[in-house]
Amino acid sequence: MSNAQQNDHYVAPYDAGVSFDELPDSAPSSRYSPSWTGWLGISVVSFWVFIAILGPYIAPLGENDLPFPDDYSEFQMPRPGAWLGTDESDRDVLSRLMFGAGRTIGISFAATLLAYFIGVVMGIGAAISTPRVDMIVSRINDAFLSLPTIMLGLVVVAAVGSSIPVLIVTAGVIYATVVFRLARALGQEIMVMDFVEAARVRGEGRWWIITREIWPNAAMPLMTDFGLRLIYVILFISSLSFLGLGVQPPQADWGSMVRENLGALSYGASVIPVLAPALAIATLTVGINLIVDDISAHSGGKLSKRL
Amino acid sequence: MTILILKRLGIGLVTVLAVSLIIFFGTKILPGDAAQIRLGQSATPENVAAFRARLGLDQPYIIQYLTWLKNFMQGDLGTSLASDVPITDLIADRYKNTVFVSALTAAIGVPISLALGIMAAMYPGTVYDRTLTLVSVSLVAAPEFFTATLLVLLFVFVLGIGNAIVVGSTEGKGLFELIAHFALPITTLCFVIASQLIRMSRAAVLNVMSSPYIEMAILKGVPRKRIIFRHALLNAIGPIVNVVALNLAYLVTGVIVVEVYFGYNGLATLIVQGVQTRDYILIQGLGMIFCLTYVILMLIADIAAYASNARLRHPK
Repeated sequence: MSNAQQNDHYVAPYDAGVSFDELPDSAPSSRYSPSWTGWLGISVVSFWVFIAILGPYIAPLGENDLPFPDDYSEFQMPRPGAWLGTDESDRDVLSRLMFGAGRTIGISFAATLLAYFIGVVMGIGAAISTPRVDMIVSRINDAFLSLPTIMLGLVVVAAVGSSIPVLIVTAGVIYATVVFRLARALGQEIMVMDFVEAARVRGEGRWWIITREIWPNAAMPLMTDFGLRLIYVILFISSLSFLGLGVQPPQADWGSMVRENLGALSYGASVIPVLAPALAIATLTVGINLIVDDISAHSGGKLSKRL
Repeated sequence: MTILILKRLGIGLVTVLAVSLIIFFGTKILPGDAAQIRLGQSATPENVAAFRARLGLDQPYIIQYLTWLKNFMQGDLGTSLASDVPITDLIADRYKNTVFVSALTAAIGVPISLALGIMAAMYPGTVYDRTLTLVSVSLVAAPEFFTATLLVLLFVFVLGIGNAIVVGSTEGKGLFELIAHFALPITTLCFVIASQLIRMSRAAVLNVMSSPYIEMAILKGVPRKRIIFRHALLNAIGPIVNVVALNLAYLVTGVIVVEVYFGYNGLATLIVQGVQTRDYILIQGLGMIFCLTYVILMLIADIAAYASNARLRHPK
């Protein structure tokens, strides 16, 4: 197949604007040395990952235990026994925050992995398949992409109810559409490059071309994009939980903690039950963003422009 | 160009049809029978059957879908399962709040963000530019309810103005009273769109600034301000309209979270209630309204990108 033919078949109009921006301007150098914003991001994210993994073991109380069982202690200010105060059901905010970390980060990470698995397989598959197949798959993908993600989430949750596996699959499938576009665009750009032509002319098989020619070149932009996608998935899952349609009580997760304790803003003694989980999400996502920005600036890419 | 735009409109129409299919059949897989839910457990099978016939649920799916689509286009969104009130009546007193807050966010947030973004592009690399970039990088990744919480803490707890919950009726209030009433939700949404808009408008202007004819102007010694306003900005209008439309489309998500956060009655709180009560007729109607708004804004964004790009207008 000639290059001209490959470029002939339908490409969504907005593709024209983004096309060659995805590839880094220069070859990535082998060692990445973070700037101070990069280090800041890395330390914040490592802190939360640490809490996410060990939280349930080091939390002072269980996620639904009451620090002051004999006391009417809604929205208490911090004091010994409950270092971040208590929430609207008198539970310990610090412990719930630590239990919630694992759930928020775990669900988001699993969903992003799933999105990448589906998106990359389908995207690179579409890029190397015949124009007709590519067009059909892309059009279906564009239809889903043109919906607000939160609406898709609402419809799915309304239909099948909310549970952790449902959340992971829903977020995974929704965000796979974005990964698909990126992987396909990357695949197409790399497919028409001379070294791929050369491999083809040498008579290499499809599998060889994908694993040895396309993947090494697509890996870097895809990995930076993974960070961005993870941010959006965290925000998506937290928003759903905040709306009461994500992780269900009494299980703690950061988004639902904000929702449960909204009352604190109008008549509570302490606003920490709302502020703490919101701040946790914000520091985590901003931290990831700082790392992504730093890496893409370092590798000379223009990915940061797209956020 | 006309052909390209017509083609894009055609694609938009197909997308709308696809969207309606997804929403209709997405809600069709809801467990439980609508008639049974509506009439309760004690209903006799005859009653349920009669009610199903009234809702048209005994028809094949394809007929149901076509009837629903036809009714939607005529402005009939059906009757709510949970409250037995026509959806249009439920929406009537709520849509004003949602439209008012979104419109005002656009009217206030867009010009300010564009001005900030273009200023940053005028003086790239300065302290102003770098601070603004750092702030918008941070804000863009923060959830809406975090921004909202910070604003509530600042205004309600520190400065002692406003209310954490938007309370009271909007009946008979003047424009300025309404703005004061919705000040916190509007400010939150302004921050949400500002972070994206500032970065993207800055990038759009800088992109134009790196083109050869601008270099030519610089070499001729044209002052920087004149280059921006006379040369660069005119060519950046297309991308900027594109960016504005995209960000207004993102507002759809922001509006949902912000309405629930501040607890006032709008379309978004209604659809969340619909999901909780499994009122699928309500979800279908409102879901279509939200998705249509989104698709139309995306369409405007694409057409703006077309109209502004000579290479797209005259393809080889």
